[in-house]
Amino acid sequence: MVIDILQWVIFWGVLLALVFPVGSYMAKVFTGGRTWFDPVMDPIDNFIYKLSGIDPKKQQRWPAYVKAMLIVNGVMFVLMFLVLELQTVLPLNPDHLGFVDPWLAFNTVSSFITNTNWQSYGGESTLSYFSQMFAIIFPMFTSAATGLACGMAFIRGLGGSVDMGNFYADLTRAITRIMLPIALVAGVVLVVLGVPSTFAGTQTVNTLNGPLAPAAVSPASQPSAEATSTPAPAPTATSQGQQNIARGLVAPLVSIKHAGTNGGGWFNANSSHPFENPNPITNMIENLLMALLPASLLYTLGIMLGRKKQAWIFFGVMAAFFLIFLVVAYAGEIQGNPLLTKVGVDSTQGNMEGKELRLGQGETALFVTSTTAFTTGSVDAMHDSLTPLASITPLSQMMLNMVFGGKGVGFINMIMFVILTVFLVGLMVGRTPEFLGKRIQVYEVKLASISFLMHPLLILGFMAITFALQLDLSSISNPGFHGLTQVLYAFTSASANNGSAFAGLNANTPWWNFSLGVVILLGRYISIVLMLALAGSLAAKKAVPVTSGTLQTDTGLFAGVLFVTIVIINLLSFFPALALGPLAEHFAMLAGKVF
Amino acid sequence: MLSSLRFSVILLIICGGFYPVLVTGIGQALFNYQANGSIIMGKDGKPIGSEHIAQAFDKDIYFQPRPSAAGPDGYDATQSGGSNLAPTNAKLISSVSDRVAAYRAKNGLAPNMPVPADAVTASGSGLDPDISPANAFLQVHRVATARNVPEQQVQAMVTQHIEGRTLGIFGEPRVNVLMLNLALDNMK
Repeated sequence: MVIDILQWVIFWGVLLALVFPVGSYMAKVFTGGRTWFDPVMDPIDNFIYKLSGIDPKKQQRWPAYVKAMLIVNGVMFVLMFLVLELQTVLPLNPDHLGFVDPWLAFNTVSSFITNTNWQSYGGESTLSYFSQMFAIIFPMFTSAATGLACGMAFIRGLGGSVDMGNFYADLTRAITRIMLPIALVAGVVLVVLGVPSTFAGTQTVNTLNGPLAPAAVSPASQPSAEATSTPAPAPTATSQGQQNIARGLVAPLVSIKHAGTNGGGWFNANSSHPFENPNPITNMIENLLMALLPASLLYTLGIMLGRKKQAWIFFGVMAAFFLIFLVVAYAGEIQGNPLLTKVGVDSTQGNMEGKELRLGQGETALFVTSTTAFTTGSVDAMHDSLTPLASITPLSQMMLNMVFGGKGVGFINMIMFVILTVFLVGLMVGRTPEFLGKRIQVYEVKLASISFLMHPLLILGFMAITFALQLDLSSISNPGFHGLTQVLYAFTSASANNGSAFAGLNANTPWWNFSLGVVILLGRYISIVLMLALAGSLAAKKAVPVTSGTLQTDTGLFAGVLFVTIVIINLLSFFPALALGPLAEHFAMLAGKVF
Repeated sequence: MLSSLRFSVILLIICGGFYPVLVTGIGQALFNYQANGSIIMGKDGKPIGSEHIAQAFDKDIYFQPRPSAAGPDGYDATQSGGSNLAPTNAKLISSVSDRVAAYRAKNGLAPNMPVPADAVTASGSGLDPDISPANAFLQVHRVATARNVPEQQVQAMVTQHIEGRTLGIFGEPRVNVLMLNLALDNMK
């Protein structure tokens, strides 16, 4: 336990040390300052602008910025869809994987264009190397850069500028100055540590053991009573003493998957797969990669607005949530599953179902917390097999959707909560609510409220539709309260653009592919557009002078009020769902009930 | 619109083509073993498996890896994944209960002895290459008997193959099953 806590302390120490240089570097990149990479990257940028016929210096107000963002995302959507649908005729398909179902392609493209990375498919058995490169790795850069660009436009608006920058230039600089350098270095480091990167296909080997004895059926797949009456299944490679080892361009994908808080894995098992995450050091690197940019962005915000104290207040509130949820996740797992302890399992290792031994409970709890705080969505343990208490951590963080959050969109959500808090507090003490020297009026509160309400509306609304119309309910793989949690988790993950899953849910059916795809798209673009409109409105307002009557938003007191407000309005939205899912399951488990 | 299309295609080529090819090129040139999946070659020069990937073992002369839910018989490295069974799912409780009984019987343990959790639960990937030292030590008696060698010799082999926490801090102490079994075969 002490060692586990030590690992968290090291993680936070390294992260905090990186926040300053990376945060100020990003501020330079987006305010046109000089950086190290300019001599190499300036010609590349200019080449991109020239070839596309774009004027990177042309300033855009918020409607133009949003329009450019939506058009570019739309074009990329079509390109990715074509890549997936033409997989069988395109090159680089060494394992001869087949046609991708259009519903699945729609879901996958929606998911990756929005930085969600929900996967209704298993990577190694569905996508060719060409598809992984041009429909997965490609949007991992652009979706993260889109979030980052919108975040920057938002900051410029908050800073009082109606000209919000140029979307094309922001997107390009985010990729060439930030994403590419980080991903390149991290990718090579991952290869050194054991993550493959090869164009060679599956490696077939004869195992040391040779064919398995006929009786030796893997205990994980013991046939049920009904299965005995059906004819014996075809012999597998495993039973015949062979193993087919899928490989691929794993390292470059895993690197940008975390640096861009994307989350989609090369393999079905994601970062629990030993090829994606071969040891505790790669696990720590992946953890740090996903935390790096979202955490540093707050420092960037402080610099660009000239309000570092305000930025640290936000950072503190987010970190407080993070630490609380980390402890919850850890506490849930280390006690093990009492139902298994009863049948003779030693509980000292904690809950090991769906876990990888090498990573340990401490780093796994950290990963569970990071991946849903920074909205990455990659997993290094199967969330479906987490104890109910621990599963509250990923669920709650995706519901809050502001504990650091993804690139750019995380602090946009935070500002949304700030606007609501300023409004509520203003009402309580009878003052005109203000934020950053601008009056918060009906229009801003309306935008922030709609943006907030979209999230519970999408999650609970689609959940209600699914259950009321009984759409593809056979996809639910776990009975009892946990089945409800599977559905809740899926829509929460989609709306929060997280992408992690209770993977037992068979989401590769028309309804799930369609509904989750739609929730993903609405969850992403509605709030970005509304919040950029809000920033545009604030920018156009006259600043009001600071007086003794001004509500200070950069104090510890305000941080406390903000924290409490976030807790209350989210509990009001989501508590009933949590009570019916993980909480009910937790108490059932303690009472010794199985389903 | 047209400029957005050109812009997108250029980024597609850079991010989806140039970048992964560059990482792969560096990896293949400088770290060829890791870049190709850390494949181990046997004495005959044929590949036996990957250092990082668990494979199925059922013979008594070999240490057994963690249970696997990857593919119908487990350990299918083209279908990675966990059981995704909920902690309260009756299927999980009954299959773990069966595995506990099988583990005790196979290794000659007392019927009420607690069994290490990693020995009876399915890993997240289904390809977890490691087992806990506790789990390995409980299998020593069986392996030594089946191989007809002194227990101390196998015991020493296990101890030798325990990989501690990285830098004394990160992860868990563990034993790589394939590497241990290979070393046993090469003994003498």
